[in-house]
Amino acid sequence: MSGKTVYDKLWDSHLVKKNEDGSALIYIDRHILHEVTSPQAFEGLRMAGRKPWRLDTNVATPDHNISTDPAERAAGVAGIPDATSRIQVQTLDDNCDHFGIKEFKMNEMGQGIVHVMGPELGATMPGFTVVCGDSHTATHGALACLAHGIGTSEVEHVLASQCLVTKKMKNMRVTVDGELGAGVTPKDVVLAIIAEIGTAGGNGHAIEFAGSVFREMSIEGRMTVCNMAIEAGARVGLVAVDEKTVDYCKGRQFMPSGELFEQAAEYWRTLVSDADAVFDTEVSIDGNAIAPQVSWGTSPEMVVPVTANIPKVEDQTDEVKQKGVERALEYMGLEGGAPITSVYVDRVFIGSCTNSRIEDMRAAAKIVEGHRVSSSVKQALVVPGSQMVKEQAEAEGLDKIFTAAGLDWREPGCSMCLAMNADKLGAGEHCASTSNRNFEGRQGNGGRTHLMSPEMAAAAAITGHIVDVRTFSGEQS
Amino acid sequence: MKAFTQHSGIAGPMDRANVDTDMIIPKQFLKSIKRSGFGPNLFDELRYLDEGQPGQDCSHRPVNKDFPLNKPRYAGASILLARKNFGCGSSREHAPWALEDYGFRAIIAPSYADIFYNNCFKNGLLPVILTEQQVDVLFKEMNAVEGYQLTIDLVSQKVIRPNGESFDFEIDAFRKDCLVQGLDEIGLTMQSADAIKDYEKTRQASQPWVFGAIK
Repeated sequence: MSGKTVYDKLWDSHLVKKNEDGSALIYIDRHILHEVTSPQAFEGLRMAGRKPWRLDTNVATPDHNISTDPAERAAGVAGIPDATSRIQVQTLDDNCDHFGIKEFKMNEMGQGIVHVMGPELGATMPGFTVVCGDSHTATHGALACLAHGIGTSEVEHVLASQCLVTKKMKNMRVTVDGELGAGVTPKDVVLAIIAEIGTAGGNGHAIEFAGSVFREMSIEGRMTVCNMAIEAGARVGLVAVDEKTVDYCKGRQFMPSGELFEQAAEYWRTLVSDADAVFDTEVSIDGNAIAPQVSWGTSPEMVVPVTANIPKVEDQTDEVKQKGVERALEYMGLEGGAPITSVYVDRVFIGSCTNSRIEDMRAAAKIVEGHRVSSSVKQALVVPGSQMVKEQAEAEGLDKIFTAAGLDWREPGCSMCLAMNADKLGAGEHCASTSNRNFEGRQGNGGRTHLMSPEMAAAAAITGHIVDVRTFSGEQS
Repeated sequence: MKAFTQHSGIAGPMDRANVDTDMIIPKQFLKSIKRSGFGPNLFDELRYLDEGQPGQDCSHRPVNKDFPLNKPRYAGASILLARKNFGCGSSREHAPWALEDYGFRAIIAPSYADIFYNNCFKNGLLPVILTEQQVDVLFKEMNAVEGYQLTIDLVSQKVIRPNGESFDFEIDAFRKDCLVQGLDEIGLTMQSADAIKDYEKTRQASQPWVFGAIK
């Protein structure tokens, strides 16, 4: 018999029951809730007269449609300008109070984007199954978790039973060996992977990211990569445990301490794929060859290296692809064949569950320090991923660097990644964005998203157009 | 949950690959705390010429006449014919809620994004998988004939065309069973309460740090 992958090990250790029809009952260790995908689940519980199975597994916070404006935020829930958003955030507070679920309320220390909050509080532990009504839950896989998004019916299912009925996925390994060049970040790595395997490339699979590039990468960088596994179609993305994982966990609020921590760490260290484990699908990418990446179209696979030109319709091989490229170019208002660096940006967004951690803040601040946002850029937002990130960034003086350069320093939340609050693009506006999706209308009706790293977005804010951060000098053109 | 055994209805098109959940139901409508009422905003940005707002009466909004589902020939469509990787993107169950509320009972496509596919079954919406060639055949027939109707028989796992010929499709036994019987999945899981408690006991003994962390 061949060895086991990390995913196999996680699956086996959470199996409650196998059914004859091939489905299985899987135990959930951590359930994270937010205001958008939970109200109907709580309502369902109430209507069926059910209670949460366990309270010490759930942790909630509002993030999706809260205001990031400091003045509005200071006014609390009542300060949320949009009435429907206000009701939704209030409903989360009410539901958590009613059922006794631990919640980090909007302005409480600990609050943040669900996928920034979970790991930084130590609510996410290696070896856990982690679910949340949000597709970017794969983020937590950076700590060798079996973590994935679920729909609202499953949120209710997990609340009621602590389990999910599911089927085992296939194993995929994406190996990136080599060494990343200067200016090449985890975001570029994951965008390059999506460009390679496509948005459906990982469908039905759990992806393990392996190879020297991930071993060298920080835990926060691994989170950026796992976060976007869903953009490659995979619900689950993960990285095996190493000493970086164990070190990251030490001292966090909900983590065990003392002897119990050592006992846990001993188990966590077993969460690596066996040498003879077999993967259903294997993909290899040369890390040395990855350049900073930028999306030009309306799907996260529509990505080019910053040195390349925007694709032409006639260069596409099949008819479905031609149609796709044609429609994307039309929506984006771009011409095939033009250099991607010729695209001017109207707004810049640095934030989201992909890129709003302290390392992202530091990287962006380093680029903008001593420069000014281009006069052609209407707005450049920096939205820290959590209260803790915000506090740390301010302690390091990063907020001052951003504001001195003309960027807006905001309160933590999902913000312009999905534009459920007031942070959004106008029709036709181009945005250099560190978020994860460039779908039509994602950042605002008619808005045009260009996905890239925090460094690249920061550089675009200064020059006013997409620019290769490796040659960026701060000169405006 | 509404049971699904057999359904006959008019087929309507969504003829593009990688239709994402933002396209199916834009984010401003996710602010609702209800499960129903999303139908008028299905494909909102493609369907109307203005920007939709939650709670608005959609009957007076300017309609995009070029959007296929707005054409009179597809009025009352209850089977959506779509292309590969349908439903990619977010986990929002509002996407199947919107499709169901609009009047769709089934979707036919060559492939779906995993989370969306899973969410459909929780809402009595049947996502049928056929090959790209078979989906092509259906698109061609539908484009050629106004009022083109299909019958989907879940029990025998067949999509039956107007000429009587049919395409077989695969589906998980568990999912099929839940849909055919309209079963309450949570109720089913609760029947395994003892197994869940046993699992917790074993785990508590070997990995005590898993429990009690969040207070």
